Amino acid sequence: MLGRKIARHTLTLLVTALLGGFLAATLVRLAPGFDSDEAQLDPHLNSESIQALRAERIEQHNIYRFYLHSLRRAAHGDLGTSISLRQPVSELLRQRIPLTVRLVAFGLLLSWAGVMGLALSAAWLRVFAYDTLATLITGLLLCIPAAVLALLSVLWSVPGALAIGLIIFPRDYRYARNLLAKAYGLPHIVAARAKGLSELRILFWHVVPVAGPQLLALAGVSVSLAVGAAIPVEALCGLAGVGQLAWQAALARDLPLLMNITVLVTLVTLLANSGADVIGYMWRDQRA
Amino acid sequence: MSFWRKLACAVLLLVLGISLAANWLAPAGYAKQYREAAGAPPSRQHWLGTDDIGRDRFARVLYGTRISLLLAPAAALLSTLLAAVIGGLAGYLGGVWARAAMALTDLFLSLPWLFLLITVRAMLPLNVSPVFSVLVTFFILGMLGWTSAARVLCSSAATLRDSDFVKQARASGIRGARLFCIHVLPNLKPVLYAQFWISIPAFILSEANLGILGLGVAEPLPSWGSLLKELEGLVSVGEEPWKFVPLALLVLVVTSFQLVLSKQDEVTA
Amino acid sequence: MSKNWKKAVAISALLVATLTGTALGQGELRFCLRSEPKTFDPLKVEDDASVAIRYLTGGVLVRMNRQTQALEPGLATSWKVSKDSRQISFKLRSGIAFSDGTPFSAEDVAYTVQQLMDPALHSATGDAFRSGPGKVETKIVSPTEISITFPAAVAGLDRQFDQVAIVSAHSPKKEMAVLGPFMVTDYKPGASVLLKRNPNYWKTDEQGRKLPYLDAIQLDIQPNRDVEMLRFKRNEIDLINALDGEYFDKLSSTAPNVVHDAGASLDSEQMWFSEVAKAPLPPYKKAWFRSANFRRAISEAINRDDMAKIVFRGHAQAAIGPVSPANKFWFNSKLKPEPYSPEAALGRLKSDGFTMQNGSLKDKDGNEVVFSIITNSGNKLRERMATMIQDDLQKIGVHVNVVTLDFPSLIERMTQTFDYEAILLGLTNVGLDPNDQMNVWLSSSDNHQFNPSEKTPETTWEAEIDKLMRAQASAADPKKRKQSFDRVQEIVVEQAPFIYLVNRNALSAVATNVQGASPVILVPQTYWNVERLSVKPNSTLNANRTDLK
Repeated sequence: MLGRKIARHTLTLLVTALLGGFLAATLVRLAPGFDSDEAQLDPHLNSESIQALRAERIEQHNIYRFYLHSLRRAAHGDLGTSISLRQPVSELLRQRIPLTVRLVAFGLLLSWAGVMGLALSAAWLRVFAYDTLATLITGLLLCIPAAVLALLSVLWSVPGALAIGLIIFPRDYRYARNLLAKAYGLPHIVAARAKGLSELRILFWHVVPVAGPQLLALAGVSVSLAVGAAIPVEALCGLAGVGQLAWQAALARDLPLLMNITVLVTLVTLLANSGADVIGYMWRDQRA
Repeated sequence: MSFWRKLACAVLLLVLGISLAANWLAPAGYAKQYREAAGAPPSRQHWLGTDDIGRDRFARVLYGTRISLLLAPAAALLSTLLAAVIGGLAGYLGGVWARAAMALTDLFLSLPWLFLLITVRAMLPLNVSPVFSVLVTFFILGMLGWTSAARVLCSSAATLRDSDFVKQARASGIRGARLFCIHVLPNLKPVLYAQFWISIPAFILSEANLGILGLGVAEPLPSWGSLLKELEGLVSVGEEPWKFVPLALLVLVVTSFQLVLSKQDEVTA
Repeated sequence: MSKNWKKAVAISALLVATLTGTALGQGELRFCLRSEPKTFDPLKVEDDASVAIRYLTGGVLVRMNRQTQALEPGLATSWKVSKDSRQISFKLRSGIAFSDGTPFSAEDVAYTVQQLMDPALHSATGDAFRSGPGKVETKIVSPTEISITFPAAVAGLDRQFDQVAIVSAHSPKKEMAVLGPFMVTDYKPGASVLLKRNPNYWKTDEQGRKLPYLDAIQLDIQPNRDVEMLRFKRNEIDLINALDGEYFDKLSSTAPNVVHDAGASLDSEQMWFSEVAKAPLPPYKKAWFRSANFRRAISEAINRDDMAKIVFRGHAQAAIGPVSPANKFWFNSKLKPEPYSPEAALGRLKSDGFTMQNGSLKDKDGNEVVFSIITNSGNKLRERMATMIQDDLQKIGVHVNVVTLDFPSLIERMTQTFDYEAILLGLTNVGLDPNDQMNVWLSSSDNHQFNPSEKTPETTWEAEIDKLMRAQASAADPKKRKQSFDRVQEIVVEQAPFIYLVNRNALSAVATNVQGASPVILVPQTYWNVERLSVKPNSTLNANRTDLK
């Protein structure tokens, strides 16, 4: 049963990732500015050079052919060449993935440490003042633009991972807090309390397990939120990761780079969410 | 209704009331440029100083509140409804529906929507009215902002589908839409409220960022998002604390929304 | 070690260095590039970051001194341009080697020129020499003498070689073997480029010491100006090459000795209307935009002084025409600034049949005058300028919609779909010679921005400009060239195809521990004399920057 679930998830993952790459390529291709290059505005360039610049992207005009060609090349390990940076895409990704992985991983760790600490304590204590203070703090963090948080991390010389953590933390906290509060309201908790179980035992044995699958789903979603948050953080903090690369590629309409980054992000998102789903199923099956 | 909830409602109504009365309360129009006093600190004439081209910041906060306070919650409601329908329904139906919906959601989460937004801008005429541009912006935000909550809702609905009270309801003959709307959906409220609450400031900030694509609130109309963008000038903002007033106002409104949405008995022992 | 011993060692080191002609290591210079360099091949350079690296690493035959604006010998000890500006002959230095030890000779110059003029290479550097069809001939007279003949006259032929970094014909390192003061030793994509002193650099100073003084240059890739400013304040970088007015004022209030205002630069900010016949605009709007009277009226209604004062914090001047007054030789000094006069603007519009009705301007057919100005997003200064223009034009009843777009979308509208009404952009890295603007003024050119690629000039004044630009390009006598180009400037001001707004000042910041800096208006403003810059160790000089908050 579990094996079948994993196989199904793997197939879904592959199909969705490939579809994601194609859709991303289509979006980029159809968006205005595709054939435009800032270099065209150089007054020193003559007409032939400007036409040559425009012609650089001719092979990408037919999106189906381009995508099939890219898939065939990718099967041999060639992910194409970045138009804006004039380097192999595989090389660019290889150089930048480790930094982004570290950034996102530490950011998630920090965020979830904060989320679980604050949400569990708020759920356990159930003191209005504490809850309102937590709401104020998370509300403040939600209202500060991600760019400002990134710039603050530069100003205070703190790691970019902290900025990512602070961007995701308020979102995850609110969901987690509400899920735990909802679980606290279930009838079996009243019964457990009536039987004299301690609040700590009730929290960890009867509340968290009930909210577990949803918290796992939330954890899966927060991975893609963290990857998204990496873009402004890396771009502003001058960190040479995939987020910064994605931003540069978007500004330059760099189709080979954007398509590959999207496939990568889709794979990461799907892996995280599928993993959360599978563990969630196991959790529910065990409790049933 | 608890005291805090009443207070939060009062705060929201007060802020909304003041913003709607901006025409009478604002010392100047939001677009008027006092060029001889550009970048001025607070004074009797300009309570929150002026911005970089001499516009009264207090007036811009008042008028900006109107736009953001009305449209961001509307967009948040739209995204919450979409999350409820897609995520909640998928989890309730289970099986292939849930798998397809969640694959679609994951795809949605991963795609570079920046290019769709650029295309939308290209399709709009350049001389579109600022009001129309704002409405389109918040509509798009609402249509794109449902994905995170949908995933969590799917998991919640799947858990509820297998819960005892739902099985009991099914056994007593309640099925389909009635079972979903009356027995499952209300129990998804924690996630729905969280989604709504998070979306309000997220959409306000996103609206300002969409300005780089030509969407969002066009000059000279102010919005909270555009006012908050002043905070990005970190080099100077530390010496100009009055620039934090829009942030303080937004935090006040967001906290008030949360107090209105939450029930005190959920949080007190 | 005691103090006296330290002094003795330092003096001895100096003596040894002087006697042996070796370089005296004097620190590492650090500053930021605002974008990723796209290439290290000097012949393919097109973006600002790559231009900066070419300047620091490339050896050129002649170098324009950015301070005096005079041409100085580089790898060539002397040169001669023929009367018809088609041929140039160089006498080269001998005994010079590339950074990897490969000897330099006339063969490398010939190879570079042939590569540059290859029709398959589409680069701004090469196109500057393509004055006409035909092959470029290179004749190696001796290992230290070469003459180059072009198929047609190239205006300012010798000056163009300031941009041509010589590449080796034989080195296995190809374009990475350089003749300039520094060489690229490390490149971390997205993060930094490290340049180290070229041990084979040919130049020495007046005392016979080898140049450059600096050991290395660290270039960090940092597009965000706020972060760049923060890093300068924290002593993490030593200079900011192009400073905004707001930051200039902030720094000068706490540390006036680090900021420099070199005066009006050659850069300009301007707006223009679409005059393209096939633009998807209503005919009545096309009629407005193609009317010189309308354009002049809009120009008169814009308060340039306020713009310079508020947007640029006083570090800019109202622009007069296509050439900045800072370009002393080529600027037409007879031209006067456009006075700010909404009344005069309304008068001009009335003569074209426009009328004011209930605070709105309407044309003779009753169409309300409403148009959009697009500009590139992310440029706060341009966004503010556009908002000020919107406010100024409101006073004469013209309603303007400001739309900021991402750059590729803007370029597409400007160059391909022509789906725009007015654009606000700027010209940067402008050269001194009017030939640099040839492709802006020729009506057939793709870069004739307000109406590109005309098959034949659509107006008599454009035909006249075409004739004058070609005349100045083929004339050898600078006075004759100036006469033609002065007339071009007069026509441009009369017809206002571009509404020139401001010329920004060249602002920069240089830390006090950087010795030898003397910022100028020409690019690169602060490190144009990089081989003579040195950096004193921070420990003795942090005191100078502790007052930077």
